[in-house]
Amino acid sequence: MTYTNQRMAYGNTLVELGKNDQRIVVLDADLGGSTMGKLFEEAYPERHFEMGIAEANMTSVAAGLAQTGRIPFTNSFAVFAAGRAYDQIRQTIATGKLNVKICGSSSGMSDFGDGATHQAVEDIAIMRAIPNMTVICPADANETVQAVKAMVDMSGPCYIRLNRNDYENVTAQDKPFDIGIPSVLKEGRDIAVFATGIMVGKAIEAAKELEGKISVKVINVSTIKPMNKEAVISLVKGCKAIVTVEEHSIVGGLGSAISEVLCKECKPIEYVGVNDVFGSSAHNYDDVLNYYGLTKEHIMEAIEKMALK
Amino acid sequence: MEYSKELIDDLDKKAKKLRKDVVISIGVGVAGHIGGSNSSADIVTALYFYKMKHDPKNPKMTDRDRFLLSKGHVAILQYAALAESGYFSVDDLKKTKEIGFYLQGHPDVLKTPGIEAGTGSLGQGLSIGLGMALGMKLDHIVRKVYVLIGDGESAEGQIWEAAMAASSFKSDNLVAIVDNNGLQANGKIIDRYNSYPLIPKWESFGWNVIEIDGHNMEEILSALDEADTVKGKPTVIIAHTVKGKGVSFAENVVGFHNGMLTKESYAQALAELS
Repeated sequence: MTYTNQRMAYGNTLVELGKNDQRIVVLDADLGGSTMGKLFEEAYPERHFEMGIAEANMTSVAAGLAQTGRIPFTNSFAVFAAGRAYDQIRQTIATGKLNVKICGSSSGMSDFGDGATHQAVEDIAIMRAIPNMTVICPADANETVQAVKAMVDMSGPCYIRLNRNDYENVTAQDKPFDIGIPSVLKEGRDIAVFATGIMVGKAIEAAKELEGKISVKVINVSTIKPMNKEAVISLVKGCKAIVTVEEHSIVGGLGSAISEVLCKECKPIEYVGVNDVFGSSAHNYDDVLNYYGLTKEHIMEAIEKMALK
Repeated sequence: MEYSKELIDDLDKKAKKLRKDVVISIGVGVAGHIGGSNSSADIVTALYFYKMKHDPKNPKMTDRDRFLLSKGHVAILQYAALAESGYFSVDDLKKTKEIGFYLQGHPDVLKTPGIEAGTGSLGQGLSIGLGMALGMKLDHIVRKVYVLIGDGESAEGQIWEAAMAASSFKSDNLVAIVDNNGLQANGKIIDRYNSYPLIPKWESFGWNVIEIDGHNMEEILSALDEADTVKGKPTVIIAHTVKGKGVSFAENVVGFHNGMLTKESYAQALAELS
């Protein structure tokens, strides 16, 4: 089955995995219709828990379920999953390395209509600062399917960040997800672009449009933590500059994570991301991405600027 | 239910021993949570040495009752109960909070045998216990989850999220015990931040409520046994207690929430508990 929406890929994959793996349980905070936890609820009602609009309780309940051998997936919008339940994640799940999977759905600006209160621009930063946490941000629906499988196979806490809207796939279907391995989706020599989430697709478009003018390598960083330092250093060899691209604040996200690795490489880095501000309501997703500088054109501009260095 | 005098005497003695262990693990010149440990000591004794099915040789035994110390700051009391049960050496208690040691200031699930989950950020233990209770029902394990919470802690909103959820799920394998000692870290609850009345709150959240004297062993046992008979709803035991109980100079004294003992007061505390 091919999906073009990360939420659909997520919900359907949980149903598929839950068929033979009784350990999987799913918790929703009255957003199951949006997170697609409702698909699991329809398939296995006894293993789905409606936790009401109470994310903190939901997250600690998941910790308890994990301690009875279950693999709980908690679903909410990223802004609540990572923000509202931060302390519950930190204090019990992360300190104890409990096997809880946290899904931050409708992340970034993807809930365009609801505005700043519902647009998570700092969830990667929060989650990646927590010891013992794995942070995954798939580029597309194909990768989401594989990432969910990898989350079940790994033991320990994991945060997955998903987009709300439909997008074409840029990664191959059925390619197993290796946690912590960045992948080159387009080869190039001059500029290395590290991108995550749906911005990977836009980075590839930007790179293709610059072909013949600037040779751009596009790297999909779908695991933000653990960051594979050796791989990142080796990927920038021969490139003169680096651009990072994320639908997240430039404070503490992918750009920061890459900079932490490359600070000794002495190469110029440009960040494409949300410039330390909150989001805003818009009538459509493209408007809000454009307003915050998150389009193909913005990425091209950053690459061209770096090529002149 | 009738309990033999011998049983009650034994448990009272054990509770006294736990209080003594608490004083020894705090030691001299270092702050420790003597107040809330001593108010909870009889309840914790009843759980570990009468009520709960557990095995120090096999702490993760599937068919066990579980205990969660939501008021995680009195970890020293739980360590005393675990040590006296045989999970680890009683001699180790005095090394509590030494750098890198397996007995931390708050319960650490990765370091200490017998700890079910990390707690101490207040208000979260009941939710964790509910998760365990739900998981045990899925596995058809007919055991219970006991969660000890503080009355000061009851100001945390998540306690009430969990209370609402547990009655919604009809979790009759979940038992909350409120150590109602009347004091929070900075003073009397009724003066500082009035979270009372507790009983009508729990009743309105759909719980079976039992009110007891939290230092009367017979009443504690009876309440724990009564909880077994309640079907379709969780039970909360509101236990009226005295903070610092058993150490005269610490009883009802706010400063001994996390207090320090001098050489003299340490000796006096041990003498009173011997």
